[in-house]
Amino acid sequence: MPELMGDDAGQAYFDAVIARDSRVEPTDWMPPEYRHALIRQMSQHAHSEIIGMQPEANWITRAPSLKRKAILMAKVQDEAGHGLYLYSATETLGITRDAMMAQLLAGKARYSSIFNYPAVTWADMGAIGWMVDGAAITNQVPLCRASYGPYARAMVRICKEESFHQRQGFEILLELSHGTPAQKAMAQDAVNRWYGPSLMMFGPPDADSPNSSQSMAWNIKRFGNDELRSRFVGMLVEQARVLELELPDPDVRLNPETGKWEHGPLDWAEFKDVLAGRGPCNAQRMERRRAAHDGGAWVREAAAAYAAKQAARAGKEAA
Amino acid sequence: MTTPQKHRNPTPFAQGDSAASATRITPGNALRPEDIALAAAEGTAHPAPEVAEYALRLGDDALVLAQRLGQWISRGPELEEDVALGNIGLDQLGHARSFLSYAGAAWGKTEDDLAYFRRESEFRSAHLFEQPNGDFAATMARQFIAASWQYPLYRELSSSSDPMLAAIAAKAVKEVDYHLDHSTQWLLRLAGGTDESRRRMAAGLDLMWPFVGELFEDDPLTAQLGDAAVVPSSLKAEFDRTTGAVLAEAGLAVPAHPMATGGGRRGRHSEHLGYLLAEMQVLAREFPGASW
Amino acid sequence: MCPAENSAAAPADGPTDAPVSRDSGTTPAPAAGAPGWPLWEVFVRSNRGLSHVHAGSLHAPDATMALRNARDLYTRRNEGVSIWVVPSDAIAASDPDAKGSFFESPQGKDYRHATYYTKSEGVKHL
Repeated sequence: MPELMGDDAGQAYFDAVIARDSRVEPTDWMPPEYRHALIRQMSQHAHSEIIGMQPEANWITRAPSLKRKAILMAKVQDEAGHGLYLYSATETLGITRDAMMAQLLAGKARYSSIFNYPAVTWADMGAIGWMVDGAAITNQVPLCRASYGPYARAMVRICKEESFHQRQGFEILLELSHGTPAQKAMAQDAVNRWYGPSLMMFGPPDADSPNSSQSMAWNIKRFGNDELRSRFVGMLVEQARVLELELPDPDVRLNPETGKWEHGPLDWAEFKDVLAGRGPCNAQRMERRRAAHDGGAWVREAAAAYAAKQAARAGKEAA
Repeated sequence: MTTPQKHRNPTPFAQGDSAASATRITPGNALRPEDIALAAAEGTAHPAPEVAEYALRLGDDALVLAQRLGQWISRGPELEEDVALGNIGLDQLGHARSFLSYAGAAWGKTEDDLAYFRRESEFRSAHLFEQPNGDFAATMARQFIAASWQYPLYRELSSSSDPMLAAIAAKAVKEVDYHLDHSTQWLLRLAGGTDESRRRMAAGLDLMWPFVGELFEDDPLTAQLGDAAVVPSSLKAEFDRTTGAVLAEAGLAVPAHPMATGGGRRGRHSEHLGYLLAEMQVLAREFPGASW
Repeated sequence: MCPAENSAAAPADGPTDAPVSRDSGTTPAPAAGAPGWPLWEVFVRSNRGLSHVHAGSLHAPDATMALRNARDLYTRRNEGVSIWVVPSDAIAASDPDAKGSFFESPQGKDYRHATYYTKSEGVKHL
């Protein structure tokens, strides 16, 4: 309702929408903090999709079978698509994609830290699909009900499309695990390396996550970081059994009192380091994105110039 | 040849317009490489040796091009273009898998045996497809030439006397039709955009044009195949017309370079193919016999 | 993967995702980037006999490329048999202020619906 009727009326209307768990739409009045929080979270999500293409693109040309090559190409392409859906949804909040891209390239916007780890073996394609996409999906499914309409709608499309991402990763690991001893060792090594970082994708423990409670009050987030992490660990335990691979965590257990899955200590110091830019691939990932963006500038300019010329010609003919 | 497995799309009409959705997804219904591999394994697809040789050529062209397009992903000039190049690469990879699966049926080999365990001299790709991506204009020049050749080729091949070649081509021609449109649109925009883009587009065409000649060379195999194959030289006039019209609209001259000596069909390749294969084959060869 | 909202959230709500052309009072006025390709809204017809439905948006230099980008982005899984693209800024939307009054009139006019006519209940073919 009334964005022009003053902030009080607007706030009351917004509060009522949130209270009855309805959806906020782009033209509605919304508190500036809500808008800011959405822009931050959604653009970060979009950047993660785009930067997240890189570790997997690294293996497209070396995929060990043509079937796997096709699957991986389709998956990385999906990630470009998902970045696009999310950038578009964020644009409805009044920020342009160019501005978001500029923030990313200037180091002012974040993306998921997980993509600052290197994908060094083929088994990493399996571990990324199974664990990284698995964690992402655990996070994203509740976002299909996020209070901001365009975000929720983008997530519905993304979740539908991503349903194959985790499965193909699982299958890669299953093939390796049932392959030669060297293949199985490759799979186990990848699981060992991606386990901790994938658990940390849910963000710091709720106690150290200042934005979490506000985000939940606004119905953007539906569950706390620890709750989602616990659910994810539970799924991993069962699936690892099918894979016949070990999770590198002797402390994983189902707490019979709470009914929740628990895990061993995570290396939050490393998490902060990677977040602060000291991960193995931070510079490399940014450089690649910058090279693509800057290297493509002449193409974008050419297409815009051509469109302008065509429009001018059409105008002249009409006149 | 087996009938491809059918995927039945649910018919939405009964539900009226309430079924309208922008996210309803289906796998579609088309000849898939897996269907051909299955037919080969069951012994129902058995190409004559010379048909297999011919399928190998077309398969290698498509495979090498798909590998090149795979190098673009995450490096496109705009995200929308990353998605477009991904689609085109996946189409080419699909054609490659179909042709190679069929060719392999003649020798008891799978698509992967052929892709990963042949030596460079055993590949049959033409030099055009092996050319490095260069900048976006060079890639579009290569795509434009490739599609201007593949489109009439597959259209004619879809009435091949060999039913499997005809079926693969019938699927491929619709996809390549879009590749031709995509590269044509970009050629016009780059040629008619800025001074820089025009210079780059002309340079890209100069770079790729010498490899046009090889595509249209007849040889004993194509002569021997009769109605099963398309005589390469028979496509040249249409290629000249198609490309000539687009270049004229773009205000660019048809490059007047002498044609390069080819040899890809006899296993004589450009300097570039070795690197491409080394990268493509490295993992598969590290684990021979492994399943992935 | 999103069982909760698969059907409910199908974006059948038209171009309401179009960016706010008018800066609403609370927009933090982000730093503008270099002007890029314009934004287009994409509508997809999933099958013959059905309406075009808003699928999302994308950037493209002109309508010709917008259609192609839409084909590549929004119909990778057989989602469509026809596509419309519309420049986002060409869409006129109803005034968000008017939610209350603009759509008030049909409320309470039960006699427009078959369920209002209870006396004919149980009569066949009516």
